[in-house]
Amino acid sequence: MAAAFAVLIGLQLVGEVLRQTLHLPLPGPLIGMALLTIVLVARGSAGAAAEQAVSPSLLKTSNGLIANMGLLFVPAGVGIISELGVLRHEWQAILAGLLISTVLGLAVTGLVMHHVSRVAGARHRSAPDVPAEQQVTP
Amino acid sequence: MNHVLLSVWQPLGLTPLPWLAVTIAAYVLGQMLQRACKGAPLANPVLIAILVVSALLETTGTPYARYFEGAQFIQFLLGPATVALGVPLALNIKHVRRSFAGVGLALLAGSLTSALSGVAIVAWLGGDRAAAFSMAPKAVTTPIALSLSQEIGGIPALTAALAIAGGIIAAIVGRTMLRWLRVDDWRAHGLAAGVAGSGVAASQVAPLNGMAAAFAALGIGLNGLLTAAIVPLLAMLWPR
Repeated sequence: MAAAFAVLIGLQLVGEVLRQTLHLPLPGPLIGMALLTIVLVARGSAGAAAEQAVSPSLLKTSNGLIANMGLLFVPAGVGIISELGVLRHEWQAILAGLLISTVLGLAVTGLVMHHVSRVAGARHRSAPDVPAEQQVTP
Repeated sequence: MNHVLLSVWQPLGLTPLPWLAVTIAAYVLGQMLQRACKGAPLANPVLIAILVVSALLETTGTPYARYFEGAQFIQFLLGPATVALGVPLALNIKHVRRSFAGVGLALLAGSLTSALSGVAIVAWLGGDRAAAFSMAPKAVTTPIALSLSQEIGGIPALTAALAIAGGIIAAIVGRTMLRWLRVDDWRAHGLAAGVAGSGVAASQVAPLNGMAAAFAALGIGLNGLLTAAIVPLLAMLWPR
């Protein structure tokens, strides 16, 4: 648990340092996420399956953090309530824009992803390595 | 009674512990309410916790800065939690590699739709340039959104508010709407949450399925890069 947490914090730190030295346009934690993925995939392809590259404690710690990620946004969310003044007089336009653009963004991303991968999936259907869990119903 | 409460609260109020406890308790309450509502999306625990904590700050007359002294420890965990998304991403790398075309096209279409429609609707409804461009980067992860907003002449504080509020909207409507559109695949649900609602929406879908978590993580990262590239171009079409 402590070791897994050290890995996560350590990679966030490396991400921060890389962002500042290389002037990368991504925040430190996202660079850390990319690094963790690269390391795990590299370890997985060097040895056995990706599942074995992830230690049980890293898996448990990550799952714990991801399962409660919503909680981590609460402090910032409380901050926006106390700053509602920035909505000023244009709040109807802003609210409408926010609602509609978010819903459109969701729908377009989901629909394109779903249909393109269905077409691609059909083309690959003859390939034996398409796993059954690919089409789990959400 | 008030007197007793006050004498207990005042010394404690100086330490970060009470607001830390209140934040976690409010979130747990939100989760219990959602369970009681049989998982109704509108009973979103993040939204409930924000409203409960804000109401408590208001009634106790506590300034946000004082609250944040305690709550910052929770916010700090966002960093390692974001890094942790690399685990489901690595575990599902096979699926990611296989859906390269889908991810690329969906990302491009979704990201452009979200940014363009946000700016267009605000402008059409009479919002000024600053308000419209505060909307453009709102779907990306907050640190990127803030710096982009600054760069293109938006209002960073407004963008931050929109990023979180948009994430909550995406978390609330996401799964219901996509199922209604007959999108029944975790990759699409995860990617849409990451692209349209960033971390807040991802936090709703990621715990449900590893593949959704992987594609949400991918959506947040790639959308951050893409939006950072296209939004400044968009801003050049409407000069200050």
